[in-house]
Amino acid sequence: MAQRLDYLKESPSQTAGPYVHIGLAPSDARIDVYRRELGRDIVGPDAEGERITVTGQLFDGLGEPVKDALIEIWQADAQGEYPGKEDNGFCGWGRVVPDFDTGLFSFQTIKPGAVKAHNGQLAAPHLSFWLVARGINIGLQTRMYFGDEEKANVSDPVLNLIPEARRNTLIAKSDGTSYRFDIRLQGDDETVFFDI
Amino acid sequence: MIDELCQRDRNWHPPALAEQYKSSVTRAPHQPLLSLPGSESELTGPTFGHDDIDRLDCDLIRNYAQTGDPIGERIILHGRILDENARPVPNTLVEIWQANAGGRYRHQADGYLAPIDPNFGGCGRTLTDDEGRYSFRTIKPGPYPWHNWMNSWRPAHVHFSVFGTAFAQRLITQMYFEGDPLIAKCPIVSTIPDQAGIDQLVAVMDMNATLPMDAIAYRFDVVLRGHRSTPFENRPEGN
Ligand SMILES: [Fe+3]
Repeated sequence: MAQRLDYLKESPSQTAGPYVHIGLAPSDARIDVYRRELGRDIVGPDAEGERITVTGQLFDGLGEPVKDALIEIWQADAQGEYPGKEDNGFCGWGRVVPDFDTGLFSFQTIKPGAVKAHNGQLAAPHLSFWLVARGINIGLQTRMYFGDEEKANVSDPVLNLIPEARRNTLIAKSDGTSYRFDIRLQGDDETVFFDI
Repeated sequence: MIDELCQRDRNWHPPALAEQYKSSVTRAPHQPLLSLPGSESELTGPTFGHDDIDRLDCDLIRNYAQTGDPIGERIILHGRILDENARPVPNTLVEIWQANAGGRYRHQADGYLAPIDPNFGGCGRTLTDDEGRYSFRTIKPGPYPWHNWMNSWRPAHVHFSVFGTAFAQRLITQMYFEGDPLIAKCPIVSTIPDQAGIDQLVAVMDMNATLPMDAIAYRFDVVLRGHRSTPFENRPEGN
């Protein structure tokens, strides 16, 4: 026997279930309870930067759209700074509820600048995603990179950890200021998820 | 430089794929997760303040009431949000949601025959105080049947969502009630591999916090990932 470490264990995760919207986006469940819901706008109207729209779908292993998920986004501002307590019109965090009938999600934000990576190099611009749903036992973390940032993507330290065949699963297709980002939970083009 | 988090113990959490919970079969990633050193992208996270929420938000007995109080056992749910180093997590957002006393959710996808309660919305939120404490007033949720096996019932439970200070600490879990015989039969509870992990999600009745002639109290602490202590920094060779 040796001495005991006195760390606590992290509380085990449990699925958010099919009714996660009641708790985290109640107006989507048609419950009018809060004066202001949190995470409705990732950026305010005054935030600096290029306005973009991101659209996509989440697919399960049968190729069916997942219609009961909830997604959270976290991102840097146009200068590549993550928000502190005071930020002019920039929250950097948001909640996205895919359509209950189609599973299609869409949100507006500004394109983030390049941020510092873990090794001090510059990371390509990206959005951090966290997704929960019925059948997902612990929230899944991934990132969305931008298809029109080819040069930055090539030298991104995280993308470079991923075998080339799977790297594209994290890169949204660009069409002007619109981006398409589909997430696949299983299959040949399963999205890369992180343990951070 | 922002402190890194302790490695998440993936053997303590449910695996992505747990066949007894059928919904996980087509929604569990098959590929191993890519391990990433922490960076600002996930070691920072959103913060919330008192202007974001109202005082009544944490009172599920009153925050949706239209004509009177909701039906059911009045309870107080309270506890602390801590990290793995046993330090309190102050000023962090705690959100809960739950079924009503009959086991019915106010959600278009819930078709259980137990009735909707006109005075119960089923969600609440609050910020922890300086010592990481939170408190909700609500009614005890009922158990409910669901489609998994032909005869599956969820134990009475409250869903909890907690933030911490880093996006990588983000956690959703569920709170169960001490003494509920359905806990041992639930395929979602049993996705947790270790009995001690299951016990960690069971709230204990707390007579000292009970309001006499009013509401029974249950105590439930949530532990988020802790920051690694780094008395000596990693330095590249030669420095
Ligand atoms: Fe539930």
